[in-house]
This record gives sequence, C-alpha cells and structure tokens, in this order.
Amino acid sequence: MTLNRRDFFKVLSFGAAVATGTNTLFSNTAIRKKFRTKDAVGILYDATLCIGCKACEVACKKVNGLPSDHSDWETKHGLSNAWDSGSDLSTHTLNKIKLYQHGDASVKNRSENGFAFMKRACMHCVDPACVSACPVSGFTKDPVTGIVSWNESCCGCRYCEIACPYSIPRFEYNKAIPEVFKCEMCSHVVEKGGIPGCCESCPSGASIFGNVYEILKEAKRRIALKPGEQYAYPISTVHDTEIQVRSAEKYIHYIYGEKEAGGTQYLILSAIPFEKLGLPKLPETSAAATTETIQHTIYKGLIAPIALLTGLVFAAHRSAGIETPNEIQINDE
Amino acid sequence: MMSEHRPIGGKILTKPFLVLALIAFIAFILVVKRFLLGIGSVTNLNDGYPWGLWIVYDVLVGTAFGCGGYAMALLVYIFNKGKYHPLIRPAIMTSVFGYTLAGASIILDVGRYWNLYNMFWPKYANINSVMVEVAICVASYVMILWIEFSPSFFENWRKGGTPKYINKFMFVFIAIGVLLPTLHQSSLGTLMIIAGNRLFPLWQTNWLPLLFLISALTMGFGMIIFESLFSSVILNRPLEMSMLKKLSAIVSKLLLIFLIFRFGDLIWRNEISTIFNPGFKQFMFFLENALIILPMIVLFIRKQSENPRSLFLTAASILIAGTLYRFNTYLVGFDPGYGWQYFPSIPEIVVTLGIISVELMAYLVFVKKLPVLPTVRQIENN
Ligand code: SF4
Ligand code: SF4
Ligand code: SF4
Repeated sequence: MTLNRRDFFKVLSFGAAVATGTNTLFSNTAIRKKFRTKDAVGILYDATLCIGCKACEVACKKVNGLPSDHSDWETKHGLSNAWDSGSDLSTHTLNKIKLYQHGDASVKNRSENGFAFMKRACMHCVDPACVSACPVSGFTKDPVTGIVSWNESCCGCRYCEIACPYSIPRFEYNKAIPEVFKCEMCSHVVEKGGIPGCCESCPSGASIFGNVYEILKEAKRRIALKPGEQYAYPISTVHDTEIQVRSAEKYIHYIYGEKEAGGTQYLILSAIPFEKLGLPKLPETSAAATTETIQHTIYKGLIAPIALLTGLVFAAHRSAGIETPNEIQINDE
Repeated sequence: MMSEHRPIGGKILTKPFLVLALIAFIAFILVVKRFLLGIGSVTNLNDGYPWGLWIVYDVLVGTAFGCGGYAMALLVYIFNKGKYHPLIRPAIMTSVFGYTLAGASIILDVGRYWNLYNMFWPKYANINSVMVEVAICVASYVMILWIEFSPSFFENWRKGGTPKYINKFMFVFIAIGVLLPTLHQSSLGTLMIIAGNRLFPLWQTNWLPLLFLISALTMGFGMIIFESLFSSVILNRPLEMSMLKKLSAIVSKLLLIFLIFRFGDLIWRNEISTIFNPGFKQFMFFLENALIILPMIVLFIRKQSENPRSLFLTAASILIAGTLYRFNTYLVGFDPGYGWQYFPSIPEIVVTLGIISVELMAYLVFVKKLPVLPTVRQIENN
C-alpha cells in the first residue's frame, strides 16, 4: 500500500485531531479542583470513641423509614423481622458499624491484639464521582449543604456504583422498579434545622454533626491531643453543650476525608491505621476531576468534533463518486 | 444497471437457523423474567460488580465487533481506497446488527429503562458524564448505519433503486458515520477512568480513550477479514483474498501502534514491573497481549499473510484479544474491594447467547434475501 501526498495529509489531520484530544491528558495542572462550600454540613466520626452500640443504625432506619435486614440463614428459617442483622450496607441499611479485631482483641483502639469499630456510610464527597458519572442527574450535590442525594430521574445504569471510590451506593437488584440507596445525611431533617439520626442518637459523641469547616477544626484539635490528655468531647453536634470529658486516645495524626479523592464532608478519626478499618487509600484528586478534564478537553466547545466532521464531510464528498458502480476500480494496481 | 451486490438466495429455515431460534426463544423467556422480577433474578450482578457480561459483551464487545462499517468507511471514503468497495456492504450490515442489538440490550441492563430518555433531555442530561456522550453518539450512529445500509433495501424492493436524495447526501451520512464511532469508541474507554484505583494499574490509564479507539479499529478490520473468510467457507463462495491481504497489512500496523501506546504508557507510568508479579490479573494481561503480538508477527511475515488459513486465525486472534481487553478493563481488572465477587450466571449467559443468535439469524436472512454480498464476478475479477 503506497500513500500518496493527499492521503498522507488526511492521515496526518485525522491523527492530529485525535492527538489534540489526548495531548493534555497528562498535564495534571489543568485538572480542576472543587472546594467545600461555606455552609456545607458534615459528620465527624471518631472511631476512638465509638462503643459499637449501633444506636446510630437503629436511628438511621427509623428516621429514613427503612426495614430491617436479615442474613440468608435467618430468612430461610423464618426469623425475618425479629431483629436487624445485616452485615453490610444495603438498600435497607445506609449506615453500618463494622468491627475490626485482631488476636485476642483485648484492648480497644489497638491494632495488635485489639479491636475497634468503623462506621461505614456515604462520605458526601466534595467532588463526588457518583454525581459526575450519573448520566441523568440521578445523584445531585446540594449547592448549599453539599449533601449528595438520589432522585427519581435515575435510569438505573449503576455507573454511580462503578464510580464511587468507597463502594457506597446500593441498587435494588431484585425489584422490577428499582431505586438506588445511600446515606443522604438525613437531608429531610437537616433542611428543617435538625441533625442526622446517627448523630442525634449516638451516646458517646463518636458521631457529631456540624458545619464542615467547624468539624474539620474539631478534628484538627483532636489529632493534636497527646494520648491521655483530658478533652471535652461534644456529644451530638460540634457545638453541643452536652459534653463528656475523657482522656484522649493515641490518635493517628491524620484526618481521613480531608483530602481523599478531592475531600469529603464525612471525616474520620482513628487510633488504628485507616486501611485496617477498610478505608481505601485514595489519591488527592477525584477521579471525576480527571475524567471531566479529559472529556471537556476533547469536547471543548465541540470545536474538535466539528473540525473533524468538516474534514470528514469534505473527504467523503470527494470520494463519494466511487459509489457509482462504473467508477469502481476493480483491478489491482 | 447491474448491481455489484446480489442476494445469494436459498432456504431460510435451515437446521442451524432453527437451533438459533430455540436459543433466542429461551433467552426471551429469561428477559421476561428480568423485567418482572428485577435484574438480580437473572444475573449475578451485585453492588460491587454492577456491570457484568451484558454490558461488557453485549454493549462493549458488540459495538467493537460492529466497527467493521466504521473501519471500512474510514478507508474507502475518507482515504479514497475505492478498491475495497465490494466489502463495505457486508461490513456495514454486521455493524447494523452489532450496534442495533447493543443499543437494544442496554434496555435489559438498565434498571429504570423508562428514564433512559433523560440522557437526551437537557433538564437531566449531565454533560459531565461520559455516558451521556456515549449514549448520544451510539443512538445517532445506529440511525446513521441504517441509512447507510438502506440501499440494500431499496435495490431489492423499490423500483429505480435507492432514491436520488439519499444517494446525493450519502457522503454526509458517511462522514457522520466516521465521526460518531471515533467519539464513542474512545469514550467507552474514558468511562472507566472514573473507577480510579479500583481498576488495576495495568488497565487504568488516562490513555484509555485512545487505546479503546485503536483497539476498536483493529477489531473492525479483524471482523471484516473474519467474516469474509467465514462466509466464503460457510456459504461456499470464492475467497476475496487480494483485498483481505491489503486489509491485513493495515491491521498489522494498527496492532503495532496499539502495542506502542499500551506498553509505552505502562513504562511511562512506571507500572511495567507490575506485569511480572504472579497473579490472575497478570495472566490475563499476558493472554490479552499475546493474542495481539502473535497475529501482528504473523501478518508481518509476507508468506503467512497470504495464506487464508493463517489470515483466518489472525483475525480470530485479534477479535479475541479485543474482547479480552474489554473484559479485563471492565471486569477482571476491576476490584471494588470488600470481598465482592462476580461470575455470570447461566441464565445471564443464555441471554447473551440469545442476542448472538438473533444477530446470526438476521445475518443469514439478510444475505439470502438482500443484495449484500458482492457478486462472484466481482470477486473473481480481483
Ligand atoms: S462516597 Fe460515593 S456515593 Fe457518597 S458522595 Fe462520594 S462518590 Fe458519591
Ligand atoms: S444508577 Fe441512577 S443514580 Fe446511579 S448513575 Fe445510573 S442513573 Fe445515576
Ligand atoms: S451510635 Fe455512636 S457509639 Fe453507637 S455505634 Fe453508632 S457511632 Fe458508635
């Protein structure tokens, strides 16, 4: 196959169009960044305080009107609806306390031969991948509170489940008319000035609600504490007058969620390495930012696609004559 | 005016056709079940692996197999390679089926299908979502393909053949028909970038769009070669060797370009050493790339590329490699953590087989009843 000069330019321009699209893929500087809004709300979960009572799980179901979950064994033996015993997040469970244990599990907040709890729920990302991925705005982020919630426009494609770095959304696989569930920070309560069920019900101050910048400050104060230092822990909200004075555990000097995947509004503190508690190690940029940067570079003002199309129409027009049979070059060169 | 394409005639209700019809019927019953009882009643999909066989095979691989029309249109019309013309109609036909069924099968996989139109509704369409781009481009491309294929119908059923106005503007449709697959086949790669580090580093890269685009082109050409050789044998027609030889020369170069980007990217990202750790993912990576490297070498050997048998095997290898690349990027390399697992259920597999059966049945009906395949005279002249 020999390329003549005209062909060569065509190949070149096609290649150039593709290349402009991919050109900026590596320049991380171009990748956009999003920030927590001024009035964004959040939850601070301090695993060192959590006693694993699951009052938060019960309250969550009550506030959101969700039924209890059962293991397959219980369902099979007719034990449904006696108690709630799901072991993970589900379409009925938006908030789940998980147990970490090691060795003889004798001491709380210790990795070796110790135990701890972890509260799993939607992180309410600052730059949520689920919102960016959803083709039909089924997930949206409230411009004021920053709460990420689902709505009826969802088409059930489950791209949000692919996108969420924490594997949070839950889809009703066994329903003809399915919906998607995840923690929505009790937005219907927060709207009216209330606080989420989990924070309201938590007896130990492990889950507190508040303005995201204030809980961030609170988190910073806590990780600065020396082990054993006395500290006044608020119980339900960051400014709660109800407090509990106790000595601080040996915090890991890190706020999980401050930077993870572009940051979150649900922040976590712990004395045990976060990976051991099932929290993924994530880069500081949201994958949504990377994707959108690539996509919007290629499709910027539709200039590249339109330019490509113009070139193609022109080329196709010139070659269109070949369509008529008597012009076909049947013979080999 | 003598047309250069002819229906090949023959009986429709042959034995293989009836077997295919039976599979399609069983699949249909399962599809009914899925609509009544939910996706989980038929598939093994779960919250960790929300996309499985249906999305990866029916949509991703299905449309990539359907890239024959794209690849040929690119060559014939854009690069003025008129001599490939006799092959373009069968190529477009395979694309018509591949894309139409891929589009239709999305309805099975999407949980709230009645809301699909929201993707095209400005109020809801989220322009930040790669999926919106894919949806718009695939939907419009299906329409374009039917227009490109329409002359086969007109020549058969309309006195005077294809209406003048369609022929007159065909070049516009062809141009759009090249633009759209370029956009959405690359976007099908971009889709997975948002999975971040849940996709294994051997597959996760910002170059996914380019890799998916090149891979789709190799599969498009691979499909034309495969299908042309296959139909020669099955339908007892002479080989179209001289054209296939040239196509294979193009494919071999595309494969090389793909490998340069694939491995160049791994080296650039410092992930190349990952391939030497033992593991299932690494094994799949080797398999995927061996099936690209082997045909490339075979095609670079002149004597081999002129042998129909090796040509057939290389084409098959390219198609399998592209299939694996898609399965690896979407399933094997994807790990949502928390102990999630996925392997397709039997009913899930049967539904996919049903879709393939419908495609094959349509192929048989179309080549027998419509002027799709080039006439024997035309092949022998070559
Ligand atoms: S944790 Fe997942 S579901 Fe929640 S906002 Fe972030 S991406 Fe969305
Ligand atoms: S399943 Fe619904 S909410 Fe999730 S991405 Fe798809 S349309 Fe959006
Ligand atoms: S209510 Fe508070 S202490 Fe009890 S499990 Fe939930 S977070 Fe932990």
